[in-house]
Amino acid sequence: MSGTEVPERSAILEVDQLKVNFYTRRGVVQAVRGVSFDVYSGEVLGLVGESGSGKSVTSQAIMGLTELPGKVISGDIRWKGSSLVRGSGSRELMRRVRGREISMVFQDPMTSLNPVFTIGNQMVEATRRHLGLTKKAARERAAEMLGLVGISNPRRRLDQHPGEFSGGMRQRVLIAMALSCEPDLLIADEPTTALDVTIQAQILELLAELKSELDLSVLLITHDLGVVAGMCDRVAVMYGGRLAEIGSADELYATPTHPYSRGLLLSTPRLDDVRPRLVSIEGAPPDLVNPPAGCPFTPRCARASDRCSDEDAELREFAQGRSVACWHPVMPDDEREGM
Amino acid sequence: MSVSTSNNHGHVPDQADSPLVEVDNLTIHFPVGKKPLFGGTQRVVHAVDGVTFSISRGETLGLVGESGSGKTTTGRAILRRIEPTAGSICFRGRDITETRGEALRHLRRHMQLVFQDPYASLNPRMSVLELIAEPLKVHGIVNSVDDARDQVCQLLDRCGLPADAVDRYPHAFSGGQRQRVGIARALALQPDFIVADEPVSALDVSVRAQVVNLLQDLQADFGLTYLFIAHDLSVVRHISHRIAIMYAGSLVEIAPAGEIYDHPKHPYTESLLSSVPIPDPPMQRERRRIVLEGEIPDTMEPAIGCRFASRCPLVEDRCRNEIPPLVDDGSGHAVACWVRS
Repeated sequence: MSGTEVPERSAILEVDQLKVNFYTRRGVVQAVRGVSFDVYSGEVLGLVGESGSGKSVTSQAIMGLTELPGKVISGDIRWKGSSLVRGSGSRELMRRVRGREISMVFQDPMTSLNPVFTIGNQMVEATRRHLGLTKKAARERAAEMLGLVGISNPRRRLDQHPGEFSGGMRQRVLIAMALSCEPDLLIADEPTTALDVTIQAQILELLAELKSELDLSVLLITHDLGVVAGMCDRVAVMYGGRLAEIGSADELYATPTHPYSRGLLLSTPRLDDVRPRLVSIEGAPPDLVNPPAGCPFTPRCARASDRCSDEDAELREFAQGRSVACWHPVMPDDEREGM
Repeated sequence: MSVSTSNNHGHVPDQADSPLVEVDNLTIHFPVGKKPLFGGTQRVVHAVDGVTFSISRGETLGLVGESGSGKTTTGRAILRRIEPTAGSICFRGRDITETRGEALRHLRRHMQLVFQDPYASLNPRMSVLELIAEPLKVHGIVNSVDDARDQVCQLLDRCGLPADAVDRYPHAFSGGQRQRVGIARALALQPDFIVADEPVSALDVSVRAQVVNLLQDLQADFGLTYLFIAHDLSVVRHISHRIAIMYAGSLVEIAPAGEIYDHPKHPYTESLLSSVPIPDPPMQRERRRIVLEGEIPDTMEPAIGCRFASRCPLVEDRCRNEIPPLVDDGSGHAVACWVRS
């Protein structure tokens, strides 16, 4: 998983100029405003952003889970070349793909399982539907999956209810469930945010193992730059409903070019860092009911000029596999100046 | 963006001064389930078990632990919001374990709490002026909310909020600004001591740093003493002079901040440190991680040995049968471990 080479593999998922609006009482929230990226087969792409950046809305749109008052208003999402949102047959395709070829692990393991059914009951649902397994075979498969995610005594555990599992164990169950149809792409939306740090470490370790074992592609959505660092081949940074920067993890962390990515990295507290004071980004993220014209980071940006608030900065490639949406990016060969 | 050179770690407050807060053998049990009708014993959760530490004037003690470790319960007990089952709490040299009524009300002026969730801790029907003036009114410092206006404006300014914030309501603010209101409210009575219970956990990364820096500045200006509660070791490094680690109700290690990171002694501290991901891909890939098996034990049973024994990679027979005492190595670094002390 060397980060310097761009995978030569094909894109299995293409997100193209995606726009999602939420029609609320307060006004139209433009949650995702023209986001494009690809997920290559076999890679882990981290989608990083703070609350309100549009990262979760993007992942929900990919799964066709945008709920009212939200609506995908334009753009396209293509799975292995076929649209999941446009044209006839796209609904049918989404039904076939969702849960089978693309599956998802959610943030909150406490609310994602139905408390009144046994774990086994909930686990066989997907395999019976998508793989057409018999009841017995599906149960067998469920036990096998629980074993795979490191739950001991899986056969007995199948008959237990979610209430008998701890948070970390439930997240393992959800991962087992998501992987039971052998998907090509796993979307993990903040899979460890609700967990304690030592349990988070267990789950991340597990995801990394499973990824190489099952040859999965993973779209990892998180606000935590640390979680991304250990796992991702590439990273996309979102801000104010837009993609600010995308590139290989190693390069983006070493030389972030968008002032927001730079600020985010600098303000993340690090264990190995003895600075007595954290660097902060002044101000707060934009209100997406009335997003500012131009680059959404302009009001907080030290490098901003008039152009930034007048003209949209489109994502453009400045080096092999690296793109940034900024009029005044900090280029890797620039002096490492203070911001 | 700027990095100030003021160094929080430069002057660790003198430990020889009489401490502002002393907690001795603090034990808190919560009853759970129904009380048995005939005989039988009430089941209890051992939330905090024999915790002892002190905090000097002007010092920040970081109290770190995972969920269920007892860190919040400890903080609340010091503020006398939870009755301890055993042990004592001293504040400014006076035993306050039994303080009640009017005396407790007076005491509360000097010790305040900053909450974790800035969305749930501010009454949405009160303006910022009312929110911050309320404690002043309750303690008879001002007669009416409007008398407090000047004072409130000063506080808001000091906490980095615009002057026009005073007549607005909580919903008009972002998470970071709400937390600033919460801090201004805690400061209104000019307390000596503040328990900050995960004050930045609910905030976004870029905003988190603003609030941590504000707390540091306020400490320097007003000589505040903090108990800073957190679940993760990366945030507390920047603000704490000393750090205490709790696990399943017991204090397992306490040491000057740098020592905890550079020379952790307790195996739990080591694994906690190695569990925190570092935002640097090549370094993170190379790191040796100690991934703990299992989860935090059930604290319904009284401890008969070290609480960490069930997950500890270094466990010995003795660990399962005898509770390890917290032993100081003479330099202020104390650890409760049979193997490492």
